[in-house]
Amino acid sequence: MTTATASHDDHHHGPEKGLMRWVKTTNHKDIGSLYMWFAFIMLLIGGALAMGIRAELLAPGMQLMEPQFFNSLTTMHGLIMVFGAIMPAFVGLGNWLIPMMVGAPDMALPRMNNWSFWILPFAGGILLSTFFMEGGAPAFGWTFYAPLSTTFAPDSTDFFIFAVHLLGFSSIMGAINIIATVLNMRAPEMKLMDMPLFVWTWLITSFLLIGAMPVLAGAVTMMLTDRNFGTAFFDATGGGDPVMFQHIFWFFGHPEVYIMILPAFGVVSHIIPTFARKPLFGYSSMVYATASIAFLSYIVWAHHMFLTGMPVAGELYFMYATMLIAVPTGVKVFNWISTMWRGSMTFEAPMLWAVSFVFLFTIGGFSGLMLGIAPADIQYHDTYFVVAHFHYVLVTGALWSIIAATFYWLPKWTGKMYNEGLAKVHFWWAIISVNVLFFPQHFLGLAGMPRRIPDYSLQFADFNYISSIGGFAFGASFILLTYIIIDCVRNGKPAEARPWPSAKGLEWTLEPKAQYHSFNTPPSRKLIEQESQNS
Amino acid sequence: MKRLTTLLSVLVATMSTSVFAEYGLNMTEGVTEISKNIYDLHMMVFWVCVAIAVVVFSAMLYSMFAHRKSKGAVAAQFHESTTAELAWTIIPVIILVLMAIPATKVLIDLEDTSKAEMTVKITGHQWKWQYDYPEEGISFISNLAQDSKDAIRGTDEDRKKAGNDNYLLDVDNRLVLPSGKPIRFLITASDVIHNWWVPDFGVKQDANPGFINDAWVEIPVGNEGTYRGQCAELCGKDHGFMPIVVDVVTQAEYDKWVSEQQAAAKAAADSANKTWSKDELMAQGKSVYNTNCAGCHKVDGTGMPPVFPAMVGSPVANGEAADHIGLVLHGKGAMPAFKMLGDSDLAAVITYERNAFGNTGSVVQPSDVKSAR
Amino acid sequence: MSEQEYYVPHGTYWPIIGSIGVSTLFVGFANQMHGVEWGASVMALGLAITVFMMFGWFGQVVNESTNGMYNKQVDRSFRWGMSWFIFSEVMFFAAFFGALFYARALSVPWLGGADNNIFTPDLWNAFSASWHQMAFLAPGTELQSGTTMSFPAVPEGLTIENATPADVVDPWGLPALNTALLLASGVTLTYAHHALRAGHRNQIIGWLVATIALGVAFLGFQIMEYSHAYADGLKMTTGIYGSTFYMLTGFHGFHVTVGAIMLTVILYRVQKGHFDADNHFGFEGVAWYWHFVDVVWLGLFVFVYWL
Ligand code: HEA
Ligand code: HEA
Ligand code: HEC
Ligand code: CUA
Ligand SMILES: [Cu+2]
Repeated sequence: MTTATASHDDHHHGPEKGLMRWVKTTNHKDIGSLYMWFAFIMLLIGGALAMGIRAELLAPGMQLMEPQFFNSLTTMHGLIMVFGAIMPAFVGLGNWLIPMMVGAPDMALPRMNNWSFWILPFAGGILLSTFFMEGGAPAFGWTFYAPLSTTFAPDSTDFFIFAVHLLGFSSIMGAINIIATVLNMRAPEMKLMDMPLFVWTWLITSFLLIGAMPVLAGAVTMMLTDRNFGTAFFDATGGGDPVMFQHIFWFFGHPEVYIMILPAFGVVSHIIPTFARKPLFGYSSMVYATASIAFLSYIVWAHHMFLTGMPVAGELYFMYATMLIAVPTGVKVFNWISTMWRGSMTFEAPMLWAVSFVFLFTIGGFSGLMLGIAPADIQYHDTYFVVAHFHYVLVTGALWSIIAATFYWLPKWTGKMYNEGLAKVHFWWAIISVNVLFFPQHFLGLAGMPRRIPDYSLQFADFNYISSIGGFAFGASFILLTYIIIDCVRNGKPAEARPWPSAKGLEWTLEPKAQYHSFNTPPSRKLIEQESQNS
Repeated sequence: MKRLTTLLSVLVATMSTSVFAEYGLNMTEGVTEISKNIYDLHMMVFWVCVAIAVVVFSAMLYSMFAHRKSKGAVAAQFHESTTAELAWTIIPVIILVLMAIPATKVLIDLEDTSKAEMTVKITGHQWKWQYDYPEEGISFISNLAQDSKDAIRGTDEDRKKAGNDNYLLDVDNRLVLPSGKPIRFLITASDVIHNWWVPDFGVKQDANPGFINDAWVEIPVGNEGTYRGQCAELCGKDHGFMPIVVDVVTQAEYDKWVSEQQAAAKAAADSANKTWSKDELMAQGKSVYNTNCAGCHKVDGTGMPPVFPAMVGSPVANGEAADHIGLVLHGKGAMPAFKMLGDSDLAAVITYERNAFGNTGSVVQPSDVKSAR
Repeated sequence: MSEQEYYVPHGTYWPIIGSIGVSTLFVGFANQMHGVEWGASVMALGLAITVFMMFGWFGQVVNESTNGMYNKQVDRSFRWGMSWFIFSEVMFFAAFFGALFYARALSVPWLGGADNNIFTPDLWNAFSASWHQMAFLAPGTELQSGTTMSFPAVPEGLTIENATPADVVDPWGLPALNTALLLASGVTLTYAHHALRAGHRNQIIGWLVATIALGVAFLGFQIMEYSHAYADGLKMTTGIYGSTFYMLTGFHGFHVTVGAIMLTVILYRVQKGHFDADNHFGFEGVAWYWHFVDVVWLGLFVFVYWL
């Protein structure tokens, strides 16, 4: 108990044995793996709920469920995907990669790291258990607008509130840990402008998390007291305002969507140079663009609220600020393309995912820009056009980058190679089906189909049918993905330490399967310069 | 098979205008100046995005084809260019400014309701719309039409027939508006947030409980007809089932409609003064119940416990009439207030609840309701 | 330990115990609010587990620290951790301050017809907008839209026109005194810090005891003030002013309580001789926290009581 375990004597003791290893672990790789598996399971659960949504929407009429249950599906799908799948997956990637990338032995606060993870299954469990409660699971959308979520919500809402508290707590601890790791555990010879972009984007994301998650905690706390202790925050009869809820929620919610995309930008900024065999174009402008996006994300929140009856001046301001985000995001897109320009490209699985990320995310960004035009948002708001927008940025953006990252770093995590042929089949399967799934939703939205409805008029039938078929096909692609990953872990061929010859980064200087504690002695200046993206 | 052909024809003929119209691939142009401005704005931004996409994606695609290792491409090593960075910062800013100018104009125009010559107040309730014409003294509730309701769990055939191809987009009482007149909408809600949206008018506005938002519309003469829309803010269980139907008529027809409505309102007020028989009340009550109450308490009165209590054996329905009247008039928790219904309708529905479903309560007369208000 | 070696702790059970504790606490609390009999006892159990975890976890950290297992780098990690934790707390309070400002500057005037809400007052019978007394309608007053007013009337003897904040709580009475107490406690704590740097054990203890005493006095007065306010009719349930008032001061009071407990632990550790002139992160972390609580109070005093 009292013997110090300095990193230098770690090769004497590897991980503990048995199940308790995972419960007690303070190792960033173990915790990273826990996060990734948790996220993957939640992705399957959230996806299964989405399959429920698509099945009910396959044809007009109510076939499978009660409308209230449909709303629960939509709500829980959104919540589980955002808080259970995408965010934990990125924290998992951060855990795995950041210490390796900055030349550190482990995370700065390893015991707290364990706690950030081990809150999640409890929070997720509480959230999922609401399905089995009297009155059903929360059914007010992942944005839980008051008063539908206060006066008019089932009892299970209080459990949902506490689950959100726990999730927020976990995210804040995770973010603090990453900040401390990047700022304090970085190899002494590594300057800030030597840091790989994934580290930069995560550092900036951490500030978004610490700024935004506590505000969410405040919002749900006010909901809790409005529901149970008679306060009037969101109730006009006591001088409050339901729209105030939306302001507080979106002050969190908008930074939240960038929390889900900035690390994705980081991932792509690693993969494209590797497979273009060319240094990343515009390293420093990438860093500044990321920071600008993060800053702007705090001052545009009310573009989700153009129809709440804000004064015109407010609408104009939020429209202008929102449009501005296109500029730094554009810088990133242009930099990626310049990186590919006159490179020497090959298209292994990670590159396929990264390149298609650039395409599809940009399409999602364009529809975002259209939504940002306040008067036009009158026709788009709360239609499937919005649904199409955010699935393009979230599924073919955030999720795409997570899959790309998984293929890219899987050799480093497992010491083995995945099956490239199968991975290519999976890619084409997924990219075709995902577009069949989400592209028609643009048309549905423009034609006037509101979101969050369990049934629709006949004019929307054809595109919904196409979308659902695409959805089932896309869903089934995850079966193959699961197989590819398990197959890699169990039967993969041994990988080299640097399986992508032109890849840069300190992580590739480690053993093929990265050792339990990454860097026992900090890397030298020379090594850092060699492996820097900013060369 | 039919669907497959549809899919193919859509894919093959995406650009032909007939397909645009048939399948609704694009935003409606609508009939008002505002909706047309919005449409123009939408198309402008859309084409700008397409143009940028063409430039950006062709550069990318070209690079992906030409600069491949398998084609023997050798990687260049450049990785910086301040000129390029400046260019692709400044050019987008200019494009954005050019987009913002017309957007600002349209926005300011559509928020200015001062020109309005008449007012309609719209109140969202779970899950129906209430329309009041304060100046004309008209007030009524608009529910999803019964044949659509029946078709929800019916067959495809039922859905085709419902509302003449307007399944789920048809109501019992339509909003009637005159053409050629600027109209102000005052939009609010009694319970949760709803959103009143008619795409063809370019009007979509949140209905916030406790606050009144306004919007306006002027339907140019010559565009008389029926326009449809839906609630566009998640408002609970039946959010998908609270459509909006507006009949736009000429001023003359509108005036006629107004006087008819006023006469009917007077007749209803008179009938509230007479004493009804139990059978009359039960018959009337059944239809009021099925349109207004069955959404939560179910047609057979079994409710959806624990949130929506059953009427069968309900202590309220079998208890004091005064409590029952009070509860329905003023609501309680998630049970909405129904004082916007007329005295006779309320008397009828309360009597119905007290005597149907095996309940044994007293008969309530319109005069009882009136004095309880 | 030397600068090059980094302490990576062994596996630990404390986090999972913490998760179990906190989840039990929340599940109990939710059930308690829904009137389930066992709710309260489960809540108490959860709290007990959580407290046990905190003692155990912090105890272990203290142990390791006093055994010299941490180096400067670990110390810096703790510092980064603590400062960003405090920043997250700032943002938590910001949500409630945001609600206060929003209600005061926007929603209440809008209910009274300001800005683009000229029509809103049509919904309300007998309404006039004013801050501080948010309970302006009699209970049961009905909105024209059909919603029923659920918040009680203004305190007796007050009308909307003559009501001022001073009728509920006079800022220059207890709140001013409390401001003075907290500010003084910040000073005494700084003296304690100086004494620690200089290595005067008895002085540290004296100043720390003074700080804790000031904090406890603050809490005592706060309770007194609550009972006054409550008797005067300012309740959590009397509308938005009461809501923001009790949420902000309540969460603040909770933080003072936690801070005072942490100071007490520090006092104990000082007596045990855990800190020396260079090595006292535990002390400084708590001191930062205390100053943060102090600053929040200043915001409260200005925006909740005074203006
Ligand atoms: C990862 C998540 C993510 C990301 C990155 C974005 C990115 C953007 N989003 Fe999106 N958004 C969501 C997730 C995301 N969004 C979600 C989940 C919702 C719905 C929430 C809900 O209601 O449930 C939503 C909703 C939403 C709305 C509200 C719609 C409504 O409800 O009515 C708006 C409105 O302004 C908006 C705008 C934008 C904009 C302007 C961007 C920009 O950042 C996009 C910038 C990118 C580009 C523009 C493309 C690349 C740029 C170039 C190639 C440069 C040149 C381009 C030009 C000069 C035009 N989003
Ligand atoms: C954050 C990420 C994220 C991700 C990854 C997804 C993924 C998917 N989402 Fe989305 N979605 C949201 C975030 C996300 N979503 C949000 C925030 C909302 C808004 C919620 C709200 O309105 O409040 C939303 C809403 C939303 C709607 C609108 C609902 C409504 O308005 O009523 C729809 C409808 O089609 C939908 C569909 C899908 C589908 C088909 C997928 C697919 O990509 C899922 C694919 C994955 C799987 C299918 C799982 C894996 C496979 C198996 C388990 C095995 C095989 C299973 C079968 C084939 C049955 N989602
Ligand atoms: C939005 C859903 C909804 C609609 C529509 C609705 N009710 Fe209710 N009703 C409720 C809820 C919820 C309650 C329980 C209220 C409570 O006790 O908090 C309730 C309770 C009642 C009760 C008391 C039952 C008991 O035993 O406690 C009566 C009587 C009643 N409603 C009558 C009506 C009538 C008459 C109508 C139509 C004119 C109607 N309701 C429409 C939701 C609804
Ligand atoms: Cu009313 Cu949705
Ligand atoms: Cu946003």
